Amino acid sequence: MSDPTEHGLTRDEVAKVAALAMLELTDDELTTFTGQLAAVLEHAKDVEALDVADVPPTNHPYPLTNVFRVDDAAAVSVEDKERMRQAVLATAPEAEDQQFMVPPALGEEL
Amino acid sequence: MNQQNDTLENETPVSSTMLSAWTTESSVEREPQGLPDGWEMVIGLDVHAELATETKMFSPATNQFGGEPNTNIHPVCLGLPGTLPVVNGKAVELSIRVGLALNCTVQRCIFARKNYFYPDMPKDYQISQYDRPLNINGSIQLPSGHVVGVERAHMEEDTGKSTHVGDSGRIHDAGYSLVDYNRAGVPLLEIVSHPDIRGPEEAKAYAAELQAIVIAVGASDGKFEEGSMRVDANVSVRPAGSDELRTRCEIKNVNSLRSLGRAIQYEAQRHVDLYLAGDKPVQETRHWDEEGGRTRAGRSKEQAEDYRYFADPDLVPVDPSPQWIDEIRAALPALPRERRQALLDAGGDPENVAMAVQRNLDSLALVAVSAGAPIDKALVHIVNNLAVDGAEELNAEHFAALVTMESNGDLTSTQAKQVLGEMVESGRAPADLAAEHGFEAMDTSELDVLLDGIIADHPDEWQRFCDGENKLQGMFTGQIMKATQGKADGKVIAQLLASKKST
Repeated sequence: MSDPTEHGLTRDEVAKVAALAMLELTDDELTTFTGQLAAVLEHAKDVEALDVADVPPTNHPYPLTNVFRVDDAAAVSVEDKERMRQAVLATAPEAEDQQFMVPPALGEEL
Repeated sequence: MNQQNDTLENETPVSSTMLSAWTTESSVEREPQGLPDGWEMVIGLDVHAELATETKMFSPATNQFGGEPNTNIHPVCLGLPGTLPVVNGKAVELSIRVGLALNCTVQRCIFARKNYFYPDMPKDYQISQYDRPLNINGSIQLPSGHVVGVERAHMEEDTGKSTHVGDSGRIHDAGYSLVDYNRAGVPLLEIVSHPDIRGPEEAKAYAAELQAIVIAVGASDGKFEEGSMRVDANVSVRPAGSDELRTRCEIKNVNSLRSLGRAIQYEAQRHVDLYLAGDKPVQETRHWDEEGGRTRAGRSKEQAEDYRYFADPDLVPVDPSPQWIDEIRAALPALPRERRQALLDAGGDPENVAMAVQRNLDSLALVAVSAGAPIDKALVHIVNNLAVDGAEELNAEHFAALVTMESNGDLTSTQAKQVLGEMVESGRAPADLAAEHGFEAMDTSELDVLLDGIIADHPDEWQRFCDGENKLQGMFTGQIMKATQGKADGKVIAQLLASKKST
């Protein structure tokens, strides 16, 4: 494992990324993951070094575009909707008034 | 202004009408600033419009407002493990329609995940578009002539709805929240303007024009009151005439055009007050408090990086072919701006014309005019008497016939209003309805005889009327109306009285 500071990645930055992902890391884990994340970035740097001038950019491994679904609200019976609702609500830790019950939401709606 | 220059330079397909509007910009009358001298507002609006599809953006669940909680749900919009989103082709088509109506360039685009933790989005990310949105570089010309640049109009999915349950019902005191996912995954188009707006009235005009456009192209029902159209306002102020962009605040929870205007006015004044006190605003999201008439600080505005956007690996790019775009463009209906112009060209009053188009009843006026009816009368009926359910289904030929009958004097304005109301309810022709009521033009000679009799019965009053006591006109008119059971035309009576008085 190379020294993380060589790659310009700090423990604080890793701690911030962890906080955004709502992960709680111990000091030891922070050290471990700072090193591992730095190694991933190092690998990305290797890829950047390749000459890809002739390779078209892509964001997906498959050469597919425009995969669409037909907009058709298949007639779902009231009974089926009710069955789906009860099945899903049954998986929730808590439910009330046919809705999912969650801890008080912090902040505001986005 | 700089933003507009940027827009034009960035390979925007500039139509000739847009360019002429831009070049005549200096002649456009802008609203006076409701701020202390020397300050101006800089406003950009983010408008979300729910698309009028049958199903959701990425799942086959029904897209419907107001269903029982959690009835329009599906494993995909609940983010259950093992599910995969599939794009609703109709939502893409509707988004392209709006993009073209806003003069945007429609381009190959991809979906991105916007990551955040909030129970209204069970996947813990919202599928949106980030660096490659569908529509870019557009514009909207307001009725005033001012052109507002549109930076982008991108596709995304709506979130669920949480209700906060607690002692006060206020967010921060809530004991717990209840979540309904009926709205989660409903297709949205987010239309982001450049900061080209300079005041509350202009902001309202922009939002109203955008609303009229999405309704006209059939992309959304555009209802502020049901939340199918929502506006967030980015507000900052600066010394008048400067081109700097100062710290902005994003105002949310604005539920009507009126609130939009009030919220912007309040927020801009708050910024000016801060600067005048030697302080400055901080960049943040603020919520409009309608009752209190003020904005309140919310969560500090997250930096874009904090959402850790990345391309969604579950979805392939959308790449509309030029042929598809051309087909959609060819099928676009006339836009509100052109429709207003058609009525203005026919001599309509601008305010009434705007209202007729907003109510989607302008075609009634056009048919009436082409049938030879006066536009003023047609528009007055549309504005005053057709703000009712079913008005859009009114037969245009029947409406034209009614306006013609009224302008020919076959019906009084009161009778015409009554017949119009019954036409909307029954779908019947005005001539039949008028005949049933016995609404027929009175022969003037008949009225003449009648009036002579009334004068003979009231010689003193007639003398005083002839001597200039004009209020007695009401008495004579009333007598004739009584004798004819209201069938006489008030205007004809007035003419008759005037001519008799002078002889």
